[in-house]
Amino acid sequence: MIKIWNMKKAEGSGPKKPKTSAAQIRVQKDVTELELPRTMKMDWPDANDLLNFFLTISPDEGMYKGGSFKFSFAINSNYPHEPPKVKCVPKIYHPNVDLEGNVCLNILREDWKPVLNLNSVMVGLQYLFLEPNADDPLNKEAAQDLRSNRQNFIRNVNRSMAGGSVNGETFDRVLKDAE
Amino acid sequence: MSMATQQTQDWPGRYYHIDQILDKPGPRTDPDAFVGGDTARDFLRNQCKVLVIGAGGLGCELLPNLALSGFRDIHVIDMDTIDVSNLNRQFLFREKDVGRPKAIAAAEFVMKRVPGVTVTPFFGKIQDKDEEFYKQFHIIISGLDSVEARRWINATLVGMVDEDDPESLKPLIDGGTEGFKGHSRVILPTMTACIECTLDMLTKPTVFPICTIANTPRQPEHCIEWASVLEWPRVFGDAKKLDNDDPEHITWLYEQASKRAAEFSIEGVTWSLTQGVVKNIIPAIASTNAIVAASSVNEALKLATNAAPPLQNYMMLVGTDGVYSFTFEHERKPECPVCGGETVNMTVNKDMTVQELIEHLQETQNIQIKKPSLSTSSTSIYMQAPPVLERATRPNLEKKLSELVPSGTEITVTASTLPLKLSLRLTYS
Ligand SMILES: [Zn+2]
Repeated sequence: MIKIWNMKKAEGSGPKKPKTSAAQIRVQKDVTELELPRTMKMDWPDANDLLNFFLTISPDEGMYKGGSFKFSFAINSNYPHEPPKVKCVPKIYHPNVDLEGNVCLNILREDWKPVLNLNSVMVGLQYLFLEPNADDPLNKEAAQDLRSNRQNFIRNVNRSMAGGSVNGETFDRVLKDAE
Repeated sequence: MSMATQQTQDWPGRYYHIDQILDKPGPRTDPDAFVGGDTARDFLRNQCKVLVIGAGGLGCELLPNLALSGFRDIHVIDMDTIDVSNLNRQFLFREKDVGRPKAIAAAEFVMKRVPGVTVTPFFGKIQDKDEEFYKQFHIIISGLDSVEARRWINATLVGMVDEDDPESLKPLIDGGTEGFKGHSRVILPTMTACIECTLDMLTKPTVFPICTIANTPRQPEHCIEWASVLEWPRVFGDAKKLDNDDPEHITWLYEQASKRAAEFSIEGVTWSLTQGVVKNIIPAIASTNAIVAASSVNEALKLATNAAPPLQNYMMLVGTDGVYSFTFEHERKPECPVCGGETVNMTVNKDMTVQELIEHLQETQNIQIKKPSLSTSSTSIYMQAPPVLERATRPNLEKKLSELVPSGTEITVTASTLPLKLSLRLTYS
């Protein structure tokens, strides 16, 4: 033991007492260096708690243009070993989002790696609105609609975003002017 | 401890073999570090206090190995109680122990079997113990199966290193196994690569694509994940959080998963598989545990006595194809959020505002941080971006630091010009 303590003496000053958790430090670094595009907005219910926030995506192109989609992010102390938990807040009509707000995005589950960051997730979510993917459905009816009749699907998207019903299910109004 | 009591506990030849190693240097012994003889024996047997974290598969091997190597003041902490399924590999436990705390049963067994050794058990979570508790030990050995617990003890031990007190450095020997694979590694907090430096090396829990579990389950595991990831939150919402340690919760998941499995004609959903999937239980093999624990205890013996140089610093064991092991040196990561980054101590005027500190950080030679964001573990002091956080923290710019941050509290500074962060400890004049 003595040997190590002597080595430590010779080495001199270094880091000490990191009271802030590794997850908090990573998130602080991630969020303060984000370059948010015009289509994204973030909100913190409590600015002292960086680990819980909302992201609102307002696509400026594609089938979901004109809508505004709020996601909740919850990051636990095991980040970045574990991915953030992301849910879509309003009930929306989308092939890759189910009625409970679960989102099918590979990097939120099976393809998550600690080298990824919040930006990767945010970009991935935005992409879901530009290119909804009928092959990985969470809302099977929506995926079926997209596959079988694209024009009809687009009409359904518009009706759902205005708060209407599709396939007997009523969706939340998410039009941007509704805010 | 008096010599008289020691002698009644010892018998001729008890330490004959171990003393061969302690009394004379071997071919690879560091000549500067080797003291040997009575000094090494005395430290090992009468002074060295070692803590074992976890009394499970690895812990049940670590404890007897330590006791038989001559460590006599051993402590063990574990939050679990003994389950009947542990008895197939956790050799210190008997059927009559089922339901008892692992730490207590393990301590009793080793003390009964190895006279003169004290094993002090703690039944509880490592997170409930403070720095004062960890300070009393010389060496800490972990035999954990949770990444979260490893990261916690690692960060705690790194945080305890006091530059003015070399004895505050507690070597951490970490062992881990997964089926035929395993590792043991030696971490000298702040001196060698820590757990967090090598986080991307750790095995990720197995997760399945959410659309597979929602639509096209093919394996029993898919049905169990469906029950825990989708069905539980759908039924209970935020009102009731899933507790993986609650048998009733596991039973509920098991029932839901069984129904779904029947619907898709999938076989193999059982209660214990449900528990295994939800808790991410990794298959444990007794012999892998034995190899890894033996290596970890050898490292403890080397560190305590300097009889041989310690592992530098990571031993990987691959038992799947013959038995292969490979030792290499993990390097520290400058951007490690736990052991990386500099700590700067600064004395500032008690009237200094946050704004003035930021200007100071930007202007001071050898710091010069562009656009720093500042926080403590509980407060966002000032965030440069995104705009909404900047606006929320802007009122703090005018405030006096001494009102926001108690003297000695660590401030985490991040900026794009830093690899990760700088830690700032302020005292006020
Ligand atoms: Zn590190």
